[in-house]
Amino acid sequence: MKFELAVIGSGPAGLSAAIEASKYGVKTVIIDENAKAGGQLFKQIHKFFGSSEHWAGIRGVDIGDILLKQAKAANIKFLLDTTVWGLFDDHRIYIASKEKTDIILADRIVVAAGAYENTVTFPGWTLPGVIGAGAAQTMMNIHRVKPGRKVLMVGSGNVGLIVSYQMLLAGIEVAAIVEFMPNIGGYFVHAAKVLRECVPVFLTSTVLGAEGNDCVEKAFIAQVDKRGKVIEGTEIELEVDAICLSVGLHPRTALLEMLGCRMQYLPELGGFIPVHDEKMETSLKGFYIAGDLSGVEEASTAFEEGRLAGISVAESLGYIKTGDASKIKKSVNERLNDLRLGPFGKFRHDAKKILINSC
Amino acid sequence: MNDNRIYKHLILGDLKEPHKVNIIVDGKKIEAFEGEPIAAALIASGIKVFHRTIKRNEPRGYFCAVGVCSDCFMIVNGKPNTRTCITPVEEGMIIETQAGKGDWGDLA
Repeated sequence: MKFELAVIGSGPAGLSAAIEASKYGVKTVIIDENAKAGGQLFKQIHKFFGSSEHWAGIRGVDIGDILLKQAKAANIKFLLDTTVWGLFDDHRIYIASKEKTDIILADRIVVAAGAYENTVTFPGWTLPGVIGAGAAQTMMNIHRVKPGRKVLMVGSGNVGLIVSYQMLLAGIEVAAIVEFMPNIGGYFVHAAKVLRECVPVFLTSTVLGAEGNDCVEKAFIAQVDKRGKVIEGTEIELEVDAICLSVGLHPRTALLEMLGCRMQYLPELGGFIPVHDEKMETSLKGFYIAGDLSGVEEASTAFEEGRLAGISVAESLGYIKTGDASKIKKSVNERLNDLRLGPFGKFRHDAKKILINSC
Repeated sequence: MNDNRIYKHLILGDLKEPHKVNIIVDGKKIEAFEGEPIAAALIASGIKVFHRTIKRNEPRGYFCAVGVCSDCFMIVNGKPNTRTCITPVEEGMIIETQAGKGDWGDLA
């Protein structure tokens, strides 16, 4: 099979890139290993905020539906339930589904593989009941099953806060949120939702361990000092049947690393990231990235980066004049800058600059 | 109801009763919702241990729920190492708690 553009991953970044490129006539295919397109969007039942260009006031699940409709209208080909297991610098993409294996050739490739959840280890962390925050979201919001009846949330970033609130919505008790840093990590709007419901948040604290017979029955937490050492005598025992880890994400770099793509270590963005230029093109010609793979941020930044990649691909294939492309890219970049404002955004903004400058 | 399903939800609305199928888990018949992954059906009915590790016989349940971590492996219709968090249930499916690497039996 031959395409002008192959997009790997159908989350917010991949969908945006595909929709944008096909808008200008680029013959596009999207490959995703999941049975349904949309990445993690359909788990996001909270309303996005920001300005209207950033889908403010719309729930992630509804944005997913809108994007899938747009993609359908744009005649983008979807290969779902299909894993990319090999990627070569001559632009061959090896895919496998249940039925067959095949090779796709594409002039341009956008890798939007997203990110994996981080974990933290402690005695008992392998017990059934210790799960990722994303796993909890999947169980609750997609499959409508409670991952536990009473849960300890580890981490108070946006994911930890949002998933805690979603647990309350699902009728699950949140015993506590434990945060290693002295401040709540996520936005105030999300923190307010759990604080209003009187969920205890333990700052400068950590999870010591989990105990139970074949599954989590108890969790132990304690305060830490400035050096991160546990302060004796501050241990608290919590009776919980699940522990949910929301301690960040790291980019899913395997495909590009395998190809020898140049990487840069930027902890602000989640770890090793493929370097890319302003067009979202990596050190390998014809290979672009977008979304969490190019630095862990948010769905709203993923949409915009996907757009950038899509426009750049259309431009490089001659579907859009450079002057016109520059104008559109300028407005996308302005919106990206808006999304990288504030105390949280500044770190990401600066780290992204380093990433682009080192390409 | 005394299962772990979320029947009422402020944002998602009431759970629509889908078509039900029966699966056999370690010889016991369990009701599941058509289309849901095996792991969801098990968690809904309170089953938490999916397999036991090779060396220490430690219990493991699902962890990532998106098919990447391998903690949810079980023997499904005789096939070990099946990712139960992304494999949909089917009527009459036979699911077994996996010991270690699992046994391929007649499928080997």
